[in-house]
Amino acid sequence: MALNYYQPLYEVIRDKDRCIKCQACARQCANEVHRYDGEYDVMISDSKSCVDCQRCVAICPTGALKIANNPNTFRENANWSSQIMTEVYKQAETGGVLLSAMGNPKEYPVYWDKILLNASQVTNPPIDPLREPMETKVFLGKKPKNVKFNKDGSVNTDLPPTLELSTPIMFSAMSYGSISKNAHESLARAATELGICYNTGEGGLHKDFYKYGPNTIVQVASGRFGVFRDYLDAGAAVEIKMGQGAKPGIGGHLPGAKILEDISRTRMIPMGTDAISPAPHHDIYSIEDLRQLVFSLKEATGYKKPIIVKIAAVHNVAAIASGIARSGADIIAIDGYRGGTGAAPTRIRDNVGIPIELALASVDQRLRDEGIRNEVSIVIAGSVRSSADVVKAIALGADAVYIGTAALLALGCHLCRSCQTGKCNWGIATQRPDLVKRLNPEIGYKRLVNLVHAWDHEIKEMMGGMGINSVEALRGNRLMLRGIGLTDTELEVLGIRHAGQ
Amino acid sequence: MVINAEEVGYFDLNRKIIGCDDDEIKVENVMGQRYVGCGASGKKITVEGIPGNALGAYLDGSTITVYGNAQDAIGDTMNDGEIIVHGSCGDTTGYAMRSGKIYIKGNAGYRVGIHMKEYKELYPKIIIGGKVGDFLGEYQAGGIIVVLGIGCENDVPVGSFCGTGMHGGYIFIRSDQPPRGLPIQVCCETADDSDKELIKEYVEEFCANFGYNAKELLSSRFYKLTPNTASPYKQLYTENL
Repeated sequence: MALNYYQPLYEVIRDKDRCIKCQACARQCANEVHRYDGEYDVMISDSKSCVDCQRCVAICPTGALKIANNPNTFRENANWSSQIMTEVYKQAETGGVLLSAMGNPKEYPVYWDKILLNASQVTNPPIDPLREPMETKVFLGKKPKNVKFNKDGSVNTDLPPTLELSTPIMFSAMSYGSISKNAHESLARAATELGICYNTGEGGLHKDFYKYGPNTIVQVASGRFGVFRDYLDAGAAVEIKMGQGAKPGIGGHLPGAKILEDISRTRMIPMGTDAISPAPHHDIYSIEDLRQLVFSLKEATGYKKPIIVKIAAVHNVAAIASGIARSGADIIAIDGYRGGTGAAPTRIRDNVGIPIELALASVDQRLRDEGIRNEVSIVIAGSVRSSADVVKAIALGADAVYIGTAALLALGCHLCRSCQTGKCNWGIATQRPDLVKRLNPEIGYKRLVNLVHAWDHEIKEMMGGMGINSVEALRGNRLMLRGIGLTDTELEVLGIRHAGQ
Repeated sequence: MVINAEEVGYFDLNRKIIGCDDDEIKVENVMGQRYVGCGASGKKITVEGIPGNALGAYLDGSTITVYGNAQDAIGDTMNDGEIIVHGSCGDTTGYAMRSGKIYIKGNAGYRVGIHMKEYKELYPKIIIGGKVGDFLGEYQAGGIIVVLGIGCENDVPVGSFCGTGMHGGYIFIRSDQPPRGLPIQVCCETADDSDKELIKEYVEEFCANFGYNAKELLSSRFYKLTPNTASPYKQLYTENL
């Protein structure tokens, strides 16, 4: 018998006194961890298949289940962690590229947590958002540098197209295929009710969701899946995906096995064929080439929709963003290295890219230095976890944020980071009909609406505390921020002073 | 309607073309203006001169005929229609096109038919009269590409890395020798008569457009390239939870 070089990550703990052997856990677990043995009348758990998604714990009517970290440990070693050792064992066994999901889980600094917000005291008094109007509406797109007049002296109100958002939060690009139809429906309906936008990702737009078009950003990636006239016409904006924070420099690859009937129709490719979106757009090797695609999309949509260019936050992000701002794009979306994904090579996810906080600060500063900040709006993504992160992002220079992981959490995701298996017990990152139906879009969309409403209210509270009544007045207002426990270089990049200064 | 493109920038030119109610439009003196016929449907556009990049991008059922050469990215993400070029064209011809036809009388550049895909009744076709550059049919997922190699009978009419990443569709190359250095994901065999039936209609149409003898061309040797697996990129992944 082969040796088990590595042990299960988790241990299923069942309180036998509480368990009533209702077998709900067995029916719910797509990983087949739980089963009932009729012969001995016992519930049996196979811990090694467990991904700690917490579905069984949530469903157990008597609270009999707990998932704990496996107390078994390899000999402690500050250099060779159990995780790294296990990865070596796995690769020695299979010869495969390690594949993971969701955002970078490593212990890199989270700069949001090292930035503190200001509040007014005595002078410039705080504003009570319950009593006074607070403005969180934003318009994304080009902002004219100066007022133009018509020949008769009236003001020229012919402005470039913008995206109007009731609050500076949007749902990140997640394709139909990477997440379920019910998840997409929840996002689309929530975006519509909230007056914000969700993003199709690169998997096309399901025919049932065209009605949510005014609150939809349609994505165009290198594979151009599902991109055609109606699709471009349907969206409120078009996003060119150049890169993704979870896997900068890596393309997308949805294996043929996942291209089922409905996904095939939406992506407009035959069932069972691989959907390959290579890392580069092979027609774009320069900013000039990018400009060509930006303007071909503007031509195709009659210059009525803003064009977004999405990139991953990488080392030269400021220079790249400057190029994008000059390419004619209306909005730049920057995705930090903690951004989620349905599947990414582990080594890429964990080692490539830079934190969004630093990328944002340097891009905003660069565009200001070059006098082109008004040419584009900046949307950031890559782990915005709370309304406080949103406020800090805006103060660092963002016009709006994308939330992906937080939105999935609202839908029930427990961050087990096993999306790539396609067996999501919460009905989100799966296409299995029996699992998809667990996510009720009727409930899902309301939870998303609740989340964004709550954040919007908190944003107003924080702005009010600073004596600011409009998100426009917060944008790039770095005086509202102070660093805590940061080095001089970090403070310099962030463009903020240290707490106490 | 006749539109004179002389000294008109692409923005104004395309507004004129889009704003024109006529189904048949002739555009004269075109000199590098981009995006001509971008997203057009139900039109018959004749271009005299040299249109710029992204001619007929997102084309959705129009016919564009160019009397002259064309540049890069013609028929980018085209959904339906026809583009006929009485000359040569540049790189990424038919990028991700999903249906319709592109006929090029002369040569074409790099990455012709890249990401070309098909879906049910949508089936894209590219027929090149002369030779093409490197990366023909890169990532091709469906549809058909024919390279006739007229005028380069003594050499293979395609460049290097032909069919790299190909995972669907067909490439037909009229040549006495197979392309060199094909990637492992591509099968190459001599086309027999039943294979040639697949391209007969398009070769005949090509010849009708440009005045060649279809019978003569079809009687030559063709190589047929197909993907040898539906999953060229199926690396062995190891789940790392």
